[in-house]
Amino acid sequence: MSLNRRQILLLLPAAAVAWEFVLAGTPDEAPNYNATAHWWGMLLDITKCIGCGSCVQACANENDVPDGYFRTWVERYHVDDWHIDNPVVDSPDGGKEGFPQSDWKDGKNFFVPKLCNHCVDSPCTQVCPVGATFHTADGVVLIDYNYCLGCRYCIQACPYGCRFFHPTRHTAEKCTLCYHRITKGLTTACCEVCPTGARQLADLKNPNDPIHAFLKTHSVQVLKPHLATGAKMFYNGLDGSVR
Amino acid sequence: MDGFMYPNEVELQWSVLIVLYPFLTGLVAGAFILASLERVFRVEAIKPTYRLALLTALAFLIVAPMPLQLHLGHPERSLEMYLTPHRASAMAMFGFVYLWYLMAVLLLEIWLDYRRDIVLLAQSSSGWKRQLYRVLTLGSYNISSNALHIDERAGWIITVIGIPSAFLLHGYVGFIFGSVKANPWWSTPLMPVVFLFSAMVSGIALVLLVYMATTALRKKAIDIYCLDAIAKYLFYIFVIDFTLEMLDLIHRIYEADESFRSLDFMMHSRLFFSQIVLQIFVGTITPLALLALVQLLKLSEAVRKRIYALASLLTLIGIFAMRWNVVIGGQLFSKSFLGYTTYKMGFVAKEGLLPAIALMILPFGILYILIRLLPPWQDENVSGLSTGGIA
Amino acid sequence: MNKFQDYAHLIRVAAVFLLGAIAFVAVRAAILPKSFGQYGHFRGDALKEIMSRPLGYAGHQECEGCHPDVLEVKVKGVHAHVNCESCHGPLAKHAEDPTVVKPVLPNVATLCVRCHSENVAKPGGFPQVDQKEHAQGQLCNTCHQPHSPGFDAGGKK
Repeated sequence: MSLNRRQILLLLPAAAVAWEFVLAGTPDEAPNYNATAHWWGMLLDITKCIGCGSCVQACANENDVPDGYFRTWVERYHVDDWHIDNPVVDSPDGGKEGFPQSDWKDGKNFFVPKLCNHCVDSPCTQVCPVGATFHTADGVVLIDYNYCLGCRYCIQACPYGCRFFHPTRHTAEKCTLCYHRITKGLTTACCEVCPTGARQLADLKNPNDPIHAFLKTHSVQVLKPHLATGAKMFYNGLDGSVR
Repeated sequence: MDGFMYPNEVELQWSVLIVLYPFLTGLVAGAFILASLERVFRVEAIKPTYRLALLTALAFLIVAPMPLQLHLGHPERSLEMYLTPHRASAMAMFGFVYLWYLMAVLLLEIWLDYRRDIVLLAQSSSGWKRQLYRVLTLGSYNISSNALHIDERAGWIITVIGIPSAFLLHGYVGFIFGSVKANPWWSTPLMPVVFLFSAMVSGIALVLLVYMATTALRKKAIDIYCLDAIAKYLFYIFVIDFTLEMLDLIHRIYEADESFRSLDFMMHSRLFFSQIVLQIFVGTITPLALLALVQLLKLSEAVRKRIYALASLLTLIGIFAMRWNVVIGGQLFSKSFLGYTTYKMGFVAKEGLLPAIALMILPFGILYILIRLLPPWQDENVSGLSTGGIA
Repeated sequence: MNKFQDYAHLIRVAAVFLLGAIAFVAVRAAILPKSFGQYGHFRGDALKEIMSRPLGYAGHQECEGCHPDVLEVKVKGVHAHVNCESCHGPLAKHAEDPTVVKPVLPNVATLCVRCHSENVAKPGGFPQVDQKEHAQGQLCNTCHQPHSPGFDAGGKK
């Protein structure tokens, strides 16, 4: 069957959409989700975090995180005078039940929520021997629990300490950026419950995303930039003492 | 836990089994390099240990994957490393390096060197042994001088390929650690080189001890020139190894990057016994001093033998300590450089001390079986013919 | 000249290796997961498995659909941006089946202090109190309406 020019012109956009669909890899569970249209990140605003630990609890609830292990956690920093090279840090049970009042009378004190940075050039996916941890087309780093050998090389390779070994499943485990939620148009569990807006999901491919706009107009940082991991969790108001 | 650690860091991920693994592959690489000194570089003096070194390498290579299997969360999935290797991962590529070294280098070299004996044993033995040897002949009974000459040439080529393969086998393990930028205790380009030279040192020390032990058990006279030659190589390579390790240390102290304070404290506290006492003093400086003494003074054969045995034993302890300090040490400090944890090693646990000890003893059991099946000694050749080595 | 039979044994070795390679390829074809490599160097089905995880939190828009009255009170006050499940816990199951799954009211005695107990590390402008001094033994919702707790917005009880 030969096509005339008009028919080809009509077919092309349809073919383009179909091709994008194929590229995006949209399994049945999220039928309207086009992965290549998104690039996920997050803004963590240190000036707003109150260390309530709601995010840690919500993540544990949403994702069945075992006790004593953390997909996300909150750290509390105390910096004396100008000594940013020597902070005092604690994170009791990951900050899950909040933090007890401290004795510090002065110095800088603040909370830092942490989670997987879903790095663009992640060292963890680089070292996986079998392809059990991988990048999605929308910039999320995930783990295939049915394929992971449990060699724990990825846990060693993560500079941020965000991975752990699941005690009963015996595979590597970490934050999935609530992939099962964000592909359905919801936000992550931690962002949903954060009472002050210190944690907000960002779609870095969406020019209308207010968080994306925030990143363009404020001084933000990532953790351990010297390791060039391409981290996508951006911190506003991050002090130099933060490890 | 002292100070602050990221919450997921408190538990160690890689246990004593992962300490054992580089130790075992190191012994393999070292024993093979010693054997290749004779085969390729024609160091005649160490010929009595040629076949013994190869069998030792094989015994340890067979056991080497076992600690890894015990460690894996899902050992039943370990075949995935061969089915879908992730080419960016050093660990994945290592699966193939191991397979290559086992099949194309070690087994092939042993087979070619022993082929004449295997054929003769297939004809002279009886019962299940006869069947075993017949299988090992692969159906070919040609041991004419021409065929044996071809074996010798092929074996030489394999050894030449085998030397860089052995370097790769253990250098890769060093790279697995050295390429992890997240861990400043591991991340250095020197890591593969240090691992390789310490492997050679440990392998040579092992073959020396095995040779002394088997000779004593067989109530034969030891070839002192052989021992002297081996000890000389042990000394030289140990000097290089020590130099490399000191270079790493001095470099760290001088540059004093952000991790230095934390690592320095760790070395002086949690790692003091295993690093300063065991690895450096007991395991490196003492054997080096002992071996240097032999080079400098004229000592009697009896004294030299004792020194060699002691130096080799201390070397093996020192190299094991080095593996411990790298693997365990790299996990004792926090990547925040603000805290430390402790390693709680179980005893009767899947990754505990007992399986580690068992896995260290097992290669000797396998070596015993290999020696019985494929006697390395010329005077014990079954068919009564005088030569047991290269034709 | 070397006769063929003098290196025939090497050919046998090569044959053993070849057989091994063929066996490996056959085994691999048989047991490799079909979806591997579909989207990259990983099992394509894993994406499906991860996406199909059930929800725990419904998301505030879901709550507001059935509870616009609460929303009306909330938007006028300082808790406007505190999402429902922040205090009420995960309620996706309730949203799915409102009459069957009844949510449990949060425990006021422990809930409010989690955010509002004073801590030197909390940002300066954030409302925080020493609970014993401030509450004097009373529960927080004795005086404060939880959905709009500030008194200026008419949240005083």
